[in-house]
Formats: sequence, C-alpha cells, structure tokens
Amino acid sequence: MSSALADGIGQTAGTSDPILQVSDVSVDYATKSGSVRAVDGVSFDLGRGEFVGIVGESGCGKSTLLFAIAQLLSPPAGLTSGNVVFKGVSMVGMTDSQLTAIRWKNLSVVMQSAMNALNPVKSIASQYKDAMRAHGVRSKTEISDRSAHVLKMVGIDAEHLRSYPHQLSGGMRQRAMIAMALLFTPDLVIMDEPTSALDVVAQRSLMVQIKELQAELGFSIIFVTHDMSLVRHFSDRIMVMCAGQVAELGGTSRVFGTPRHPYTAGLMDAFPSIKGQRVFLTGIPGQPPNLAAKPDGCLFAPRCPKVMPACGTTSPPLYQVDGVDVRCLLYADGSAP
Amino acid sequence: MASTELSAGLGTPITPSTGQPGIQPGRARDAAARTGVALGRLFAALRSNRKASAGAILLAFVVILAAVPGLIAHDPPRAEIYGRSLGPSSAHLFGTTVYGQDIFSQFIWGARETLIIAVVSGVLSTTLSVIMGVAAAYLGGVADSGLNLVTDTLLVIPSFPLLLIIAAYLPNSGVAVLIAILVITGYSYGARQLRAQALSLRRRDYLEAARVRGERTAYIIAVEIIPNMTPLIVASFLGIAVYNVLFSAGLQFIGFGNPNSVSWGTMLYWAQNNEALAIGQYLWALMPGLGIAILGAAFALLNYAFDEIGNPALRPVRRLRVKRAR
Amino acid sequence: MRYALRRLAFFLGTLWACLTLNFLLPRLMPGNPALALIAKFHGRISAQALKPLEIAFGVNTHESLIHQYFSYLGNMATGHLGTSLSQLPTPVSQIISNALPWTLGLVGVTTILAFLLGTGIGIVGAWRRGSWLDNILPPVFVITSAIPFFWIGMLLIVAFSLHGPHLPSSGTFDNTMIPAFNWPFIVNLVQHALLPATAILITSIGLWILTMRNNMVTVLSEDYVKMARAKGLPGRRIMFDYAARNAILPNLSGLAMSLGFVLGGSVLVEYVFNYPGMGFWLVQAVEGEDYPLMQALFLLITLAVLLAVLLADVLNALFDPRTRTAG
Repeated sequence: MSSALADGIGQTAGTSDPILQVSDVSVDYATKSGSVRAVDGVSFDLGRGEFVGIVGESGCGKSTLLFAIAQLLSPPAGLTSGNVVFKGVSMVGMTDSQLTAIRWKNLSVVMQSAMNALNPVKSIASQYKDAMRAHGVRSKTEISDRSAHVLKMVGIDAEHLRSYPHQLSGGMRQRAMIAMALLFTPDLVIMDEPTSALDVVAQRSLMVQIKELQAELGFSIIFVTHDMSLVRHFSDRIMVMCAGQVAELGGTSRVFGTPRHPYTAGLMDAFPSIKGQRVFLTGIPGQPPNLAAKPDGCLFAPRCPKVMPACGTTSPPLYQVDGVDVRCLLYADGSAP
Repeated sequence: MASTELSAGLGTPITPSTGQPGIQPGRARDAAARTGVALGRLFAALRSNRKASAGAILLAFVVILAAVPGLIAHDPPRAEIYGRSLGPSSAHLFGTTVYGQDIFSQFIWGARETLIIAVVSGVLSTTLSVIMGVAAAYLGGVADSGLNLVTDTLLVIPSFPLLLIIAAYLPNSGVAVLIAILVITGYSYGARQLRAQALSLRRRDYLEAARVRGERTAYIIAVEIIPNMTPLIVASFLGIAVYNVLFSAGLQFIGFGNPNSVSWGTMLYWAQNNEALAIGQYLWALMPGLGIAILGAAFALLNYAFDEIGNPALRPVRRLRVKRAR
Repeated sequence: MRYALRRLAFFLGTLWACLTLNFLLPRLMPGNPALALIAKFHGRISAQALKPLEIAFGVNTHESLIHQYFSYLGNMATGHLGTSLSQLPTPVSQIISNALPWTLGLVGVTTILAFLLGTGIGIVGAWRRGSWLDNILPPVFVITSAIPFFWIGMLLIVAFSLHGPHLPSSGTFDNTMIPAFNWPFIVNLVQHALLPATAILITSIGLWILTMRNNMVTVLSEDYVKMARAKGLPGRRIMFDYAARNAILPNLSGLAMSLGFVLGGSVLVEYVFNYPGMGFWLVQAVEGEDYPLMQALFLLITLAVLLAVLLADVLNALFDPRTRTAG
C-alpha cells in the first residue's frame, strides 16, 4: 500500500512527477436551449501508483469528468476548456492516431457493468485479441499467452477465454474486464463504478484484488463511485464533486477524519458505520441543482445546513485548509470555524 | 361484496383502503383523465418534432379534402357528362376519363372514402389488437398460448396474398367486407407488441395492490393498465394505418370493395382497366396514386416521429460547437 | 436443440394452418362460392378434372368432412394441385413451375439487393451521425416506404417507358426473341426486368435502411462501443465487428416478416408490368375465380415466407451466441 501518499497534500502529491495533470477542465453538453456545463473547472494531479477516488451524488459530473480525461466524450458532450496532460504530453491537442497509440497501452478503462461493456457476440479471447492486434501484437502465441496470463492474475482459469460474456457470472465478468484493462500493464487505469453492479461480498473481494494488482504492477487508479465507504479503505486521496465542481480534495484520512465541506459531511452521514453508536440517518435534503439554470453563488447553498447570507451571491473558490482544498465560504478567512 | 369475502377469509374485517372495490365513477373518471393527460403530453411532444409536423400537415390536407370536397371541386365526380379523355385544361384541371368524368373532382371527392376506410379499419384493428394482446397477457396459460398461436400464424402468413384469396371468395362485396378483412389480417403485429407491454405492466406493484384490494380483473385492466398503454396504442394505430392505406388501395385496384364508389383506389382500378397510361391519360392513374402516397406518408411520418419520441437516441443530433477557451 | 425443434414445430403448424385455411374458407363463405364455380365449369372440363375439384371443395360428394379433408391433404402432399380453371386445360403445377423462376429472379434478387444495399446505407448513416446523410435518411425513406408499390411502377412506366429511354414495361422478354443463353437475350431479359425491379427496390429499401440505422444508433450508444473506442480499435473494426454485428441481430427476424410484405407488394408490381411471376398469376386467378390455382399459389407464397423465417432463425443462432446456449 502506498501509505506514503496517504496524507498527500491537496492538488500535488507524491515524490515523483505526476503522471496526470488535469487543469481547469470544463465539459459542456449541447441542448436545444443552449449549453449545459456538466463539469466546471476541475483540476487535480495524479502521482505514480496513486489511487484517487472521486465521489459524489448521481449527476455530479464524476463519470463525465472521467470520460473527458480519457478523451472518450461523444456529441452532444464536448470538452470546452482546460487541459489534460498525461506523462508530460497534452492529450487534448493530440490527433486521433496519437491518441490511439496511447489508448490501452498507457491508459485503459474499466466500466460499471461488464455485461454492457463487453461485446455480447464475441468471446473473451477475441476481445482481448482485438486490443492486442490494434497495437501491433501479431503473434498468436504471444496473444494467447498474454490473455491467459492476465486472466490468471485476476484468478480466472484460462479455459474461460473461449466463453462468451453471458456465460460468466457477474463477478467473473467484472474481473475479466479488469484483466483486459491490464493487457499492456498501463500507467493509468480509470474505473467508472466497477463494483456498483456487484453484491457487497463480491465488491470487497474485487477491491482487494484491484489493490493487490496495483501494488504488483504499479499503475495509478482514478476510481469513480457513489459509495464513499468503499473508497475510504482503499484510496490515497479523495475528491468530492458537487454539481460539476470540486467540493473537497485531499488525503483520504484527512477528508474522512474531518470532513470540512458540509456536502462531504452530508455524504458521510448517509453511510452509517456498522460499528459504533447508532446514529440517526441523515441524508442531504433537496435535489441537485438544475445545471441548465444554475443559481447564483454557491451551488450547494440551497441544501446546506451551514448556509450563510454570502453564499447566495458569492461563488466560493477553492481554499486550502490543512492541506485539503475546500470550496466553501466557511473557510474564506483561511481558518476553520 | 368483496369486503365480506376478505373478512370471512382472514378472520378480521379488512376495509379496502380506498373504499369499496368495483367500478366507481370517480376512479373511472380518474383513469380517463390519465389517458387524456398521456395523449396531451404526446401531442405536445409531437408538435416540436419536424417529421410529426410534416405528417400532420399532409394528414390535414387529406382531411380537408375529405371534409369539404364540394367547396373545392364544383363538378359532380361520377357524372359522365363531359367530353371523353380530355387532357388537362382550365375547365378540367386533370382532364377527363374515358367515360367523360372530371378527374379533378374525382380526386377531391375520392379522399373521403379512402380516408374513412383507413381510419375505420385502423381503429378497429387497434381495438382488436388491444383486446387480443391484453387478453392473452392476462388470461395466461393455455388461453395465452392459444391466442398467441393464432396471432403468430397470422403474423407470418403474407398479408396481401391472404387478403386476395379471402376477397376472392367474396366478390361484389362492399366496403364493409373490405374493412373486415383488413382488420382480421392486420391486427396481429400490434397484438404482439401490446401483449408484451401488458405483461410487463401486469407485474408492477400497484397492480398487486389493486388485486389485494379485491378489484375485479376487468376493472384493473380497463382503469389501470390500458391508460398506461396509451402511447403504444397510438403508435400501433399509426403503424396499422399505413398498412391499411396501402393494402386497401391495392385491393380496390384489383376491383374489390365497391368499384362504383368514388375513392382513390377505385379510380386506379378504372384507370388501369382502361389502360390510362397507354392512352396518355397519365393524371387519371397518377393523381389518385399520389393521394394514396400522401396519406400513407402522413401516417408513416407520424409513426416515425413517435418512435423518435419514445427513443430519444434516434432524434436528429446537433453537433456541439465546442468553443475552446485556450 | 429444443429451440430448433420448437421452431420447426411452428413452421409445420403454420403450414398446416394454411392448408386448413384453404380447405375451410370456401366452405365457410356465404353463398357457397364453390358450388357456383362447379356449376360454371360443368361440361367444360373433363369429369376426371372435375373430381379433384369436387373433393377439394366438398361439392357433390357424400363423403364426410373429415374424409374430404384427408383426401385434400393427400392431394396436396402428392403434388396433385389440380387443373387451372382459367387456363384450361393446363394443370396448376405447370403454371406454377413456369411462374416460379420469374418471381425468384425478380423478387428474390431485388429483395437481396435491397437488403444488402439498405443495410449498408443504414450502417454508414448511423456511423456518420449528424452528417447530411444521416439527417436526410429518415424523412426520405420513411416516405418512400409508405408509397404504394404499384404507383411507383406506374410513375416509372410514364417516365422511362412511355418517354425517355423507352424501356419495356410488359412481359419478361420480347416475343420476337427465342430464349437462348446468349448475350442479346440476357440483355433483353434485364431490360424487361429493370423497371419492375426498380419499383420494388425503391419501395422496399427504405425499410432496411431505417431499421438498420435505428438499431445501429441504439447500439452505438452502448458501453461496449465506448469500450472499443477506449481500446484504440480502428474505426472500421468498431463499426462492423462491434456495432453492426449487434445491430443486425434484431433485423434478422424482421427480415422474414418483411419478406412477406415485399412478396405482397410485388404481387401488384408484377401485375402492373405484366410480369408473369407468381404474383401476376395470383391476381389473374383471383379475378378469374380460378380457385385451384389461387390456393396453390397462396400456399407456395406462404411456404416461401416460412422458409425465410426458418432461415432467419438459423442465421440468428449462427450469429448470436446467446440463443445457442439458451437451448
């Protein structure tokens, strides 16, 4: 476990150069009534071997951000500003062929439901083969050896290469998808809620497996989920998103130990601990804001238990408090209330 | 009374939560209101869809012709009083037939019967589809399999040849028979789709609640299920309308229905029989065909617009003008 | 396997239903049309030709309905389809064997062409989402698929036969030519088939284009297509191997159903162009109250559709691994 990074400071982290630098990325959706901003000025860096979790409600823009980073957005969504620098090269300016060269070899993707993410009419083996042949691996033995190897890494017998996705169980499918992402031992694997479709037991065993693979192969992970309790035990840093913006960003233990943004506190209160005292379950009242008609000031203000008059007019920037970035006027003068 | 049965069965009296079960005027009105709301939402969505507007305009054109033909065409359509096989002129916009009838007024008056056949057979077909589909979904078991077998068989048998041979045994029969055989051969596709939807609706929780309340099955179907199927029912109607327009014209073209009535299909029949194309009277054959094409296209456009509304992924996509602020 | 058996059972069941329909219809219709028919032809055809008619229609026999039914089935099975009443004394089977190749050629080839072209255009249209191609496809082809087959035929006759290049609008080849396997004859054949084929193509291609495009659009928004992009696969491979292969599956069963629709429409195209295929003869038979010919043609057309349904099922099992393991 890269515990050395567990208490990393805010945006920059780690001892080596960051493998990914996301700067002020914004994503808009084109609608009949104009553009809707789904991701608003998000910035963060990712170090080698680091595990960053992105959490938030449905619709807060976390998946959109993920696909924007991977340059996988399709119309009507588009990246309208900002930059994504991967291993020192800006991805936004790349041509299609340049992107294709790094896809999968250096940057791979794991999605939520393997049943939907794997082609139902092709066998596992042929889907692995596709990826490898697209990047110049031609030798049949090399392909089958590598396919069997990655499957073994996730604990699946190589004979399942011949199977079709619908013939595998949910957990096996998910692991087969993760194995596919590791075919070229990439530098970065981005995961969009890969455990949401599984039961609790399978979730945990999958997370443990992911962490083990990370320790063994050294890739970085961006992990999107709505389940905060899940990432708590596995991530180095946590980014909390709200209505397309970064609400809080910092080391996992610091954010969980002392949630500073009222939204973060609300999210954590929604997931009670099995141990400890019985507490009243409080959620976050109200609905996420309508992105097509954003209110002035802080986007969380209408639902915030600690709202102040200034929140309705001033859009808070990110403040640095104790090594954690927080977007809340409570910290406007640099100290905790 | 159902409440007595419940109390007898369970020992303690149970009052259904919303009062007495059975048809109440309030509940029926509520169901009708819900259907109305569904229809209203449909029309609002259609209004903003370009294909739907185009289809609606075409349909309106035909409806106007059917409604007030006398205002547009001043000559009697069937009177054989004019010169024969005249070309188009200011007196006869489309010319005259070999019998001396004015083609233009035939075209205008012909809209009525064609539209009526299409709409009446469409409504009857859809009604039959609803009955067969929902009955199959609800009765289940052997009845379901039996009904399905009939529907599937009719679905596979090619419709137009079947129409032909049924019509062959009934020569010289009128429009009513034409409509009847169109309905019988055409209901099967809609019945299949409606059955599928009724099956999925049937398992929803609020229907379980209705059943537990002691509502009768027929009541549940009429008041709870059918209003929720409104979009699919309208879609079925539009789909079957296209089919009916084309095939009724096809049958009339060969001489079924009543050749002495004035409709676009019968115009085609007489035109073909008198080799209108060969003698140069193109408009005699082409204009009624155009009318049928317009009516068919109207329903087809509306039907497709419906698909687009139901499946937003099919709607025309706008390219995002991403302004990159560097 | 069980699935295959079930489909076979359905196939045979529908066939039986058609045979029974053919048997029952004349008996059920008011006014007993068969009786009128027999009376009309009495004396004009030989007694031995009359007998199977009477059996088929249950006239002048003292046999029970069941007996008649089984005699009828027996006749059908052994190919005793009777004598054509409108083309006396030609047996029905001869008319059919003459007509079949023309319909196979015209309708068969055109349908396959429409399917291949239409599916291809649909795939490309959906792939280039938002382009001018994709935006005109739906409205244009929705309209063309709603136009009556025979009207397009008439339009084509006016445009290209009575005017323009004066393509032939009737028959399959010029009477002056002797059928032979030489170039001029083949050209003549194609010339005669050109207009009717175009009529069928124009009206039926819309269906393929639209359904394929719609399926593709749905499939293109699926996660596995996104995943394929994420893997860096070349565009063409994604379009065919990931998108089209999945999009075509629901089309295959629709293929058989549409064949029925096209067969129906081609009946009128053959009629308008005097093209002596099965559809043309069906109309002739119906107009001439030639029941034996009519019934035989109906059976044959239905058989063709049923075979297409079976074929579609086989293709589905071949291309979709999920149906194979479902059993």
